[in-house]
Amino acid sequence: MYAQMVKTDGKGVKSREEMSPEERAFQDRVDAHEKIEPTDWMPEGYRRTLIRQIGQHAHSEVVGQLPEGNWITRAPTLQRKAILLAKVQDEAGHGLYLYCAAETLGVSRDDLTEQLLSGRMKYSSIFNYPALSWADMGAIGWLVDGAAIINQVPLQRTSYGPYARAMVRICKEESFHARQGYDIMMKMAAGTKAQRKMAQDALNRYWFPALMMFGPSDKDSVHSAQSMAWKIKINTNDELRQKFVDQTVPQIEFLGLDLPDPNIRFNEETGHYDYSEPDWSEFFDVIRGNGPCNTDRLEARRQAWDDGAWVREGLLAHARKKSAATAAE
Amino acid sequence: MDRDSAFFEFLLRMGDNTLVLGHRISEWCGHAPILEEDIALANTALDLIGQTQMWLGLAGEVEGAGRDADALAFTRDFWEFRNALLVELPNGDFGRTMARQFLFDAWQSVQLGKLLKSSDSRVAEIAEKAAKEVAYQVERSAGTVVGLGDGTEESHARMQAAIDYLWPYVGEFFAGDAVDAAMAEAGIAPDPASLRGDFDALVGRVMEEATLNIPEGDFHHKGGRDGARHTEHLGHLLCEMQWLQRAYPGATW
Amino acid sequence: MKNEWPLWEVFIRGQHGLSHRHVGSLHAPDAEMAIRNARDVYTRRNEGVSIWVVEARHIAASSPSDKGPLYEPSQSKIYRHPTFFDIPEEAGNM
Repeated sequence: MYAQMVKTDGKGVKSREEMSPEERAFQDRVDAHEKIEPTDWMPEGYRRTLIRQIGQHAHSEVVGQLPEGNWITRAPTLQRKAILLAKVQDEAGHGLYLYCAAETLGVSRDDLTEQLLSGRMKYSSIFNYPALSWADMGAIGWLVDGAAIINQVPLQRTSYGPYARAMVRICKEESFHARQGYDIMMKMAAGTKAQRKMAQDALNRYWFPALMMFGPSDKDSVHSAQSMAWKIKINTNDELRQKFVDQTVPQIEFLGLDLPDPNIRFNEETGHYDYSEPDWSEFFDVIRGNGPCNTDRLEARRQAWDDGAWVREGLLAHARKKSAATAAE
Repeated sequence: MDRDSAFFEFLLRMGDNTLVLGHRISEWCGHAPILEEDIALANTALDLIGQTQMWLGLAGEVEGAGRDADALAFTRDFWEFRNALLVELPNGDFGRTMARQFLFDAWQSVQLGKLLKSSDSRVAEIAEKAAKEVAYQVERSAGTVVGLGDGTEESHARMQAAIDYLWPYVGEFFAGDAVDAAMAEAGIAPDPASLRGDFDALVGRVMEEATLNIPEGDFHHKGGRDGARHTEHLGHLLCEMQWLQRAYPGATW
Repeated sequence: MKNEWPLWEVFIRGQHGLSHRHVGSLHAPDAEMAIRNARDVYTRRNEGVSIWVVEARHIAASSPSDKGPLYEPSQSKIYRHPTFFDIPEEAGNM
């Protein structure tokens, strides 16, 4: 999900004969479900892939504050305002845990931030879509966090220790996010005509972008195969997407809303729902920077970063003055 | 002014302060100078919203007209708001936001300290819950003011500019009127002027450590606490805050 | 980047805990702010919690063997708990 533009070197997963002794020992540890820790030996490709994946996951959490953040000041009740604030705060927290996990691999948070702002690193495609109504708060919590949870639960078993531990903490907090989103949808779907219309509209706009979050089919992806061998990736994109659809369709039906895709149908033979593939050309456009909100999102993050420079420098200068004064005593 | 009306006004003053300030702080979500501050500011906003629910909730009870905290927050127009002018001012830069936060926290900490002994047990109870949060808040905001005031040349200049801009709004907190007199007489809340000494002592200490000057002069703006004349900023704030409830009246959210 | 805030490791002992446990890290300009940030990030302001912070560069380790994260949900913000929301059984697993 956060592996956009992650490239693997080489032509594929090495066979044991092709591996060096260190690589073989490393792979044995991964296969035995041992956790790899920061100062353990690891292939350079493993380190680079992790930095990119964890970093992009972190960027997603940080940028993810913006679509919902833009509705905090318009939340319709004090309780909804508090809940939404708590959720967005959690997202900032998740970004923080993930940046710290990435930093154990020898990259600084400032480095990662510069790479995000320059466009060299990406964030989840979904946050390039606008949050247009209060019902979008429901759709985002329900569908977007719902999709994220499906991706994140298996990652609690990922091979890299700090990443796995961050995922455990994140998963505990994420369930509240999905439920509060669905709670909003239930209220809206059972509400006034205008609220039902808002809810349907939000579902219609978020359905395919949510499916796209899992990334295109990776049946033939060299990169995916390597990540799975290293247990940086646990399931294929298609597996996760199918799980999401199977879980979500009954929830749509329970709300009494129309299905956002006329081709959604339960398949008795497979035991899963059939559904239309999203328009993958739209996905690649969005990744390339041409989504509805890419420019605005990055501009907002660039502004926060630049405007905040004097604050970060000021507080650091003060801390240094204090410690110099203490040292002098 | 009869006791109940004065009590209602007093509770609106407490709750509107936290409502409006909490709203202002929540505007920073996703835009703070560093991730740790996004989280800290969200905490501040959450505390303020929680305090709002308590103060406005009690206000609605005392008014006895069937309005709950949400009804008071989302359906009154500007002339019914009783927050001090300080909290409705736009955020400005991070320095102005934190200076405003510190000045408000400093006043709140002294005020709540007195309210712990309110003759009204409900007020004392709210004050007790809020006091713990405010004790932490004032420590944090003071720390930030000191860190930026005595930081770099630029951070110092921005903090001094913030204090200069905000200082004329401080005096309003300490200017008592008939409502305050009624509350003091009933033992529910202190006379606002009686808080000034402790406030000045606390703020003075922090400003000194921050190497910041406190502006001279006694002038202060007024019109917020009594609703006589709010700033233009409040209207825009209410527009955004109340829009959904006003556009779709009768809906439940 | 020499102007980046230093990295701190955070250790928390819960109200009924026996010892401090490593919960993660964060950035702060000094120890005072590190503790405040730790409180906001890792405890959601839970009272009666003991926080230790150490600059990451001061930690000497034999071999990495972190004990895992400590998660203490805040008691007063009950909507953080998934069970606060009454999602009917028929809607499926959430």
